[in-house]
Amino acid sequence: MRELLKIDNLSYSYHTLAGETTALSDVTFSVSEGEFVAIVGPSGCGKSTLLSLIAGLISPSRGEIYINGNDARTSGKNIGYMLQKDHLLEWRSTLKNLTLGLEIQHKLTEESYVIINKMLDTYGLITFRDSKPSQLSGGMRQRAALIRTLLLEPDILLLDEPFSALDYQTRLEVSDDIWGIIRKEKKTAVLITHDIAEAVSMADRIIILTDRPATVKSIIDVNLTVEGERTPFAARSAVEFKDYFNLIWKELNQHEDITKLRA
Amino acid sequence: MRTLRSLERSYKNRSEVVSSAQQAYVAAYITKMKRIRLIQILILVVFIGLWEGSTRLGIVDSFVFSSPSRVVHCIITMIADGSLFMHIGITLLETFVSFGLVILIGLLIAILLWWNDSVSKVLEPYLVILNSLPKSALAPVFIVWLGNNMKTIIIAAISVAVFGTIITLYTDFKEVEEDKIKLIRTLGGSKKDVLFRVVIPSNLASIISVMKVNIGLSLVGVIIGEFLAAKAGLGYLIIYGSQVFKLDYVIMSITILCIVAAMLYKVLGYYEKKYTS
Repeated sequence: MRELLKIDNLSYSYHTLAGETTALSDVTFSVSEGEFVAIVGPSGCGKSTLLSLIAGLISPSRGEIYINGNDARTSGKNIGYMLQKDHLLEWRSTLKNLTLGLEIQHKLTEESYVIINKMLDTYGLITFRDSKPSQLSGGMRQRAALIRTLLLEPDILLLDEPFSALDYQTRLEVSDDIWGIIRKEKKTAVLITHDIAEAVSMADRIIILTDRPATVKSIIDVNLTVEGERTPFAARSAVEFKDYFNLIWKELNQHEDITKLRA
Repeated sequence: MRTLRSLERSYKNRSEVVSSAQQAYVAAYITKMKRIRLIQILILVVFIGLWEGSTRLGIVDSFVFSSPSRVVHCIITMIADGSLFMHIGITLLETFVSFGLVILIGLLIAILLWWNDSVSKVLEPYLVILNSLPKSALAPVFIVWLGNNMKTIIIAAISVAVFGTIITLYTDFKEVEEDKIKLIRTLGGSKKDVLFRVVIPSNLASIISVMKVNIGLSLVGVIIGEFLAAKAGLGYLIIYGSQVFKLDYVIMSITILCIVAAMLYKVLGYYEKKYTS
C-alpha cells in the first residue's frame, strides 16, 4: 500500500524558564494509506506533542514530516484531528456544530447540507439535527465530533485519546462506532491511547514509545483471528488478543524497570 | 407576583394528578411567598406613614426632612411645567451614552489585550491602578479640561466603569478552555476564528453580567458628573436643592433615581434571561 505519512527523525523540545524539556527524540515511522495505527506509551511521554506536530499546530525542532511524499510544511495537507473531549459548542445546534469546520474554511455550500444530512442519517443523529449538544448522549457526541472532522475530507485522521472521557461501557460502544465509521469512509487513522486493550482491538499496527524523551521502542503488527467482521469488540475475543496485550504490557514495563534501575 | 399567580393557576388546573402532600407543599409555599410580599409592602407603607405623620405632628421639621406629601406635590408641579421629564431625560440620555461607550470601549480594549499578550503585559499595572483609583477624584480635572458641560459628565461616567469592565472581560476571555482554541486551530481556523467562534460566544453570559453592573456604575458616574458640572439632570437637582434648602427636590430626585436604577437593572435582567437560557 502507498505510504501516506512518513515521520523522519522527528525531535521536539519545549522551552520554559525552568529549562528545556525534550519531549520527542528521533521518532521515525510511517503509515500507509487506509491503515489504522495506534501509538501507545507511558503517560506524559509526548504522544499528544507528536499529534500536534503532525497536525502542524507546532513546528518540529528537528526532523521532517512527509505527507504523500511532500514536506508537510509545503504540501496542501489536510489533517483531521479528534480531541480527547468532543468540544461541541453548546451555543450551536448539532447541525451548526458539524458545519463549524466548513464555515471556517469557507467551504460550506448547498451540497454540504446534502452530505451532512446523509451522514447524520447513516450514523443515527438525524433526529438530533437541531438539538443542542447537551441533549446528545456521550456516544452521539463523539460521533458528531467525528463527522465534524470527516466533513473536511481529511487525508489522515489523528485521534488523541478520543474515548478517555467516556465511561467504560460507552467507551466500548463508541470504539466500535468510530472504528466502523473510519473503515466505512476508508480513512487512514493514527490513534493515541494509553489503553493497551483499546490499541490491540482497534489497530492494524501498534507503535510503542518509550518514556520521555519519547522515541520508537518497537512496532508490532496485529493479526487477530476473528470470525465475521473484525470489529474492536469482536477483536477482544480473538485467541491472540491476550498475547498481544501481554507483549505490549511487557514492552512498556520493561522500560519502567530500566528507569527505576537508573534512578 | 405574576409568577406566583401563574403557579397557583397551573396547580388548580391539574389538581387531580398531584398528591395531597404535594398540594399542601405548594400551598404552604404560596402562603409563605404572599406573606413575604405583604411584609415588603408593609415596610414601605409604615415608613412613608411614619415620615408623613411625624412631619405633620411637628416631631421632625418638614423644611429639613421634606415629607411624602411635599414630594408628591413637588412631582405634580414639575410634571405640570414639564421640567421633571427634562431632568430625568437628560440623566437617562447621559447614562445611556456613557453605558454604550463603556461597553464598546471595554469590549474593544479587552479584545486587543486578549489578542496581544505583550500589550496586555505592558498595560496591566496601569489598568490596575486606574481601576482602584477613586474616579470622583478625576471629575474636577475633567471640568478644567473639557468645560462645564455634558461632555465632562459623560467622560466622568465612563471613567467610573470602563477600567473594571476591561479587566473583567479580559480575565473572562483568557479563561476560555485551551482545548476549544485547539479545536478551532485543528479545523484550520485563525486567531480571528477563535475570537468570533469561541471567545465571544462562550462569554456572552459574562458580557451581559458586565453590562448589568455597568448600567448602575454609569448612573453613579453621571450623578457624580452632574453634581459638579451640570445645568440639568437629577444630580443637578439634588445639588441645587440642597444648596437652596429645597429638600423636596433632593428627596424627589433620590426617589426617582431609585426607580430608574431598578428599572434599568430589570431591563438588563430580562435580556440576561433571554440570551443565556
